[in-house]
Amino acid sequence: MNWTIILHAGIASGTVLLFATVGEVLAERAGILNLGLEGMMLIGAMSAYSMAINYGNPWLGLVAGMAAAGLLSLVHGFVSIHLRADQVVSGLSLTFLGTGLSLVFGEGLSKAGAVALLPKFTLPVLSSIPFLGDIFFTNQSVMVYVGFLLAPAAWYYINRTRPGMHMRAVGEYPAAADSMGINVYGVRYLYTCIGGMLAGLAGATISLAVSPGWFSHMTTSGQGWIAVGLTIFAQWDPLRAAAGSYAFGALRRLILDLQGPTKLLLWDNPFYYNPYWGFFLKMIPYAFTIAVLVIGSREAMRKRLGTPAALGVPYTRGQRGV
Amino acid sequence: MPEAVSAVEMRGIVKRFPGVLANDRVDFDLRQGEIHALLGENGAGKSTLMNVLAGLYRPEDGAIWVHGAPVNFRSPRDAIVHGIGMVHQHFMLVPSLTVTENILLGLHEPRFLMQLPAYHKRIAALEERFGLGVAPEAKIWQLSVGEQQRVEVLKMLYRGAEVLVMDEPTAVLAPQEVDELFATLRSMTAEGKSIVLISHKLNEVMAISDRITVLRKGRTAGPPLDTGSTSREALAELMVGRKVLFEISKDIQAPGDLVMSIENVSAENDQGLPALGGVSLQIRSGEILGLAGVAGNGQSELAEVITGLRPCTAGQVTINGKQVSNLPARVAIDANVAHIPMDRTGVGSSPNLSITDNLIMKAYRQRPISKGWSIDGRFARRHATKLKDEYEIIAPSIDTQSRLLSGGNLQRVILAREMSGKPQAIVAVQPTRGLDVGAIEGVQRLLLEQRRAGAAVLLISEELEELLSLADRIAVIYEGEILGIVEDQDQEAVGLMMAGHREIPAKEGERKSG
Ligand SMILES: Nc1ncnc2c1ncn2[C@@H]1O[C@H](COP(=O)(O)OP(=O)(O)O)[C@@H](O)[C@H]1O
Ligand SMILES: [Mg+2]
Repeated sequence: MNWTIILHAGIASGTVLLFATVGEVLAERAGILNLGLEGMMLIGAMSAYSMAINYGNPWLGLVAGMAAAGLLSLVHGFVSIHLRADQVVSGLSLTFLGTGLSLVFGEGLSKAGAVALLPKFTLPVLSSIPFLGDIFFTNQSVMVYVGFLLAPAAWYYINRTRPGMHMRAVGEYPAAADSMGINVYGVRYLYTCIGGMLAGLAGATISLAVSPGWFSHMTTSGQGWIAVGLTIFAQWDPLRAAAGSYAFGALRRLILDLQGPTKLLLWDNPFYYNPYWGFFLKMIPYAFTIAVLVIGSREAMRKRLGTPAALGVPYTRGQRGV
Repeated sequence: MPEAVSAVEMRGIVKRFPGVLANDRVDFDLRQGEIHALLGENGAGKSTLMNVLAGLYRPEDGAIWVHGAPVNFRSPRDAIVHGIGMVHQHFMLVPSLTVTENILLGLHEPRFLMQLPAYHKRIAALEERFGLGVAPEAKIWQLSVGEQQRVEVLKMLYRGAEVLVMDEPTAVLAPQEVDELFATLRSMTAEGKSIVLISHKLNEVMAISDRITVLRKGRTAGPPLDTGSTSREALAELMVGRKVLFEISKDIQAPGDLVMSIENVSAENDQGLPALGGVSLQIRSGEILGLAGVAGNGQSELAEVITGLRPCTAGQVTINGKQVSNLPARVAIDANVAHIPMDRTGVGSSPNLSITDNLIMKAYRQRPISKGWSIDGRFARRHATKLKDEYEIIAPSIDTQSRLLSGGNLQRVILAREMSGKPQAIVAVQPTRGLDVGAIEGVQRLLLEQRRAGAAVLLISEELEELLSLADRIAVIYEGEILGIVEDQDQEAVGLMMAGHREIPAKEGERKSG
């Protein structure tokens, strides 16, 4: 096993999780829980791939993927912001809606032939840093570099800017934000949509860069759910989200590579001799997601983790006692 | 328009809620530089009237002038643009943001980057001007209730409010904090700002205001009064519509045997943080022990430990020598402990059940209300009818769901259930909170009756006056610990301990600080 290759590929695959997780962090910091990540990523991946094939331009595909997922997220926004429906139910429905739509429109797409992908390049200077240069800055997709910039930018936006502060206020105590003249519904729509567009970006990054192609629902293979878990694990902090995403990207890659060699260190590799055991390895990220969701939903834990206080709670103006 | 231009003039304000006429052609005027008290019982429509002024509610009828110019507010933002700011009963602060961030919330400046240090300085300067001490970089959740209130005031001052409306600001404060607040209000009027102080407490209204408008059942009870030329008694009569007795007389009575013994009790709150740290109290038969303290210092946790609703992590509670703590609530019920909880709709009653069901909720297991497995409906109804008359519960029938009752009547249902069982011990948490003057009198009389009948009463209250007039001894709780017990009605000592001062000043010496 070559660690440089595993980490290099892990960073690329973690970039997908990073986009989706940072998007979910933004939506949740504004109080909107969107469990429809998987659906939005799929529609993003499908739209991007399909656009790139039809017009031969991956950048157009990228825009299309973001737009499609952004539009889909507005369905969730309308149902949970204006209609004040249960956000868990709405988010789950969105997963099915997104999955269904992308399977229908993506029919036949997998055999459509070659497509222009997003460019890869090596950064001068930075790539010559020993070890790290090879992993982070050598022959990576442009999206990986975008990912490096996105996480700190999102952190700065949330913690150091006026709109970021308004977003936090809306997610913590919408009545207070409203009383100070902040448009609570507007803010929530905005970040639901931005979250959706980033999920679309994540999908497009899969189909046009990291593992190019359209493989129906296997394209995302549940990464949307992992991003939901990572959001909690990251405690709604984009920097931790980035760290978690890269770790999981590397883990996914490691799991694939573990099944290759006949020997692990000194012993026979059990995963080589019992190919079925590989399934247990592949379960790890999902088992982690379930564990995080279970822990994160406990009331006492919510306080400790710093869950946005109004997460998942619809806002109605002028309730009694205000 | 009147001759002299008022800061605010409201005429013929009408505001309806489904089924309630909250304001019925109310007139109100506020002079520049005065403190104007808006006095009235709960539900009189005080908050509604001021919410109209603050742009939160739109009135059905009536007109408002600010400095002589007619205005029409569509939102709180409109009101603040005209210099009118309101501090609500429930604070509108985001707990995870800092003081400065909360003050800047919703403003157009700063435009994008926050640059907090510069704003910290500006806010500190504003604090200095009006004597409002609070650290600008502190997060709201780290602040005491009194400090949070200051942040609310700062929020309005920062926006250039000339008229400040404060809705029952003293309800959440310890006595010393009330003094500080009043000092701040005076420094504001000295700068020409005008203040509306909503209250239902006669003493503080008499102490601070220049003029008083009394609201009763949605209407003004006459034109504004000059505070100097009126009296507590006259105001109470205007508020309630009849004469009220103030001094509840308490017989001198030697307490009997030890009934309730709280030994070294520690417990955690809902968040799993320590709420009580080794509380010990003894209450004897025929004695009322008052527990004073600002809300949230462990009072409700203590009440729950005694009644078996919350486990304690150390220590124990016994009633007549029998342990009741860390056992099912039923053990306390069987030991004849009455519980008048603070949460009347969540703990004290079941809102969707009838008055009858709520009344038999503790005795349903015993004869003659139940016979074996079944409840004797006819007996239960007779029992309920009797209690309804005896405790003067005003309701269409005993089948009325308790959620339809007003606050005072619901409390009477709870009292009827708890007191009719001839309790040995009573845990009463804020039993008069939110009730109007007439109902308060009734509750206090009931507690004294139980004292005469030999019950041991733990009276938890934030109303110092109530404790001073009812309790034989007053213990003060602060951050889960008993700071001391006062036997001689020393109001100042209780007040200081409520604010966390451990040492009681010597009677004639100077007041220690720190
Ligand atoms: N938002 C509301 N919806 C319905 N009824 C309300 C609302 N606010 C107040 N009320 C009713 O209007 C009346 C006056 O209430 P309020 O102004 O809060 O009284 P006060 O502040 O004097 O205690 C009460 O009967 C109350 O139940
Ligand atoms: Mg009120």
